[in-house]
Amino acid sequence: MGPSSAAEIRVAIDSDQDIVLARQRGRALAAELGFSPVDATFVATAISELARNILAYARKGQISMRALHASGRNGIRIIASDKGPGIPDVRRAMRDGFSTSGSLGLGLPGVRRLVDEFEIRSQPGRGTIVTVTKWRQ
Amino acid sequence: MEVPILKQGEYLIATFQAALSDADLENLRRALVHQVVRFRSRGVIVDVTAMDVMDSFASRTLREIAHMIRLRGAETVIVGIQPEVAFAMVQLGLTLEGVATALDLEEGLAYLIEKFKNMD
Repeated sequence: MGPSSAAEIRVAIDSDQDIVLARQRGRALAAELGFSPVDATFVATAISELARNILAYARKGQISMRALHASGRNGIRIIASDKGPGIPDVRRAMRDGFSTSGSLGLGLPGVRRLVDEFEIRSQPGRGTIVTVTKWRQ
Repeated sequence: MEVPILKQGEYLIATFQAALSDADLENLRRALVHQVVRFRSRGVIVDVTAMDVMDSFASRTLREIAHMIRLRGAETVIVGIQPEVAFAMVQLGLTLEGVATALDLEEGLAYLIEKFKNMD
C-alpha cells in the first residue's frame, strides 16, 4: 500500500455503531462504482463481518476501502486491520464453523464466499490484516 | 435508533430500520419479549424489508427472538427479507432455522392467523 490517496475511505472500528457506519460507506462506494444491488449487498455484508471480527477479537481497528480501476473494470478493495492478538492458526480459522470468541461462529470463510479475492495475514501478538476485493460484474 | 412496535389485536408488529446497531437489536429483543408478555400476544411479525444487511449478529438475534417468543407460547414470523439480502445470507452460511418466514406483512399475518385457527 503506498501513501494513502484522497480516494481512500477509512472508518475507525471501536464500537457497534462503527460497524453500521463502515458498511454504509462501503455500500455507498459500491453504488458509486455501479455495482449491482446484489454485489453492493455482498460488499456491505462482508464489511459488517470484518468489522465485527475486529470488535470481537481486537476491540478496535480500522476498515479502509478504495475504488480500484484495472483493465477497464471497477472494483473495491477493503482492508480490515487491527493490532489485536492475531490468529495463531489461520488455516483453522478459515474452516467453516470455527470461532473462538463465541460471538461469531461463521466469520472468515463466509466473508471469503462474498468476495472475489481474499487474503489474510496474521501475526500472533501483532495483529491481523484481511484484504478483500470485489469486482464489478 | 428505536424500532417501533405496533400492537395489532393479538399480534405485535416490529418494523426494522436500515441502520440498526447491535445495541438497537438487543433493545428490540428485550422490548419484544417484554411486550409479548404484557399484551399476552399470540404472534409477532418482524418486518425486515428496510434492512439492507443481515450479518451473523442480526440473524442470530432474530433466531433468539423467535425462540424466546416461542417459549412464551407465541409465534414469530420474519417478513420482507430482500432478495439480495437472502443471497448474501446464503453465501455467508447464515440460516434462520426453525424460524418462520413470509414474503411480506400480509402473508406473515395470514400465516399467523392460519396457525392459530388450527389451534383453537
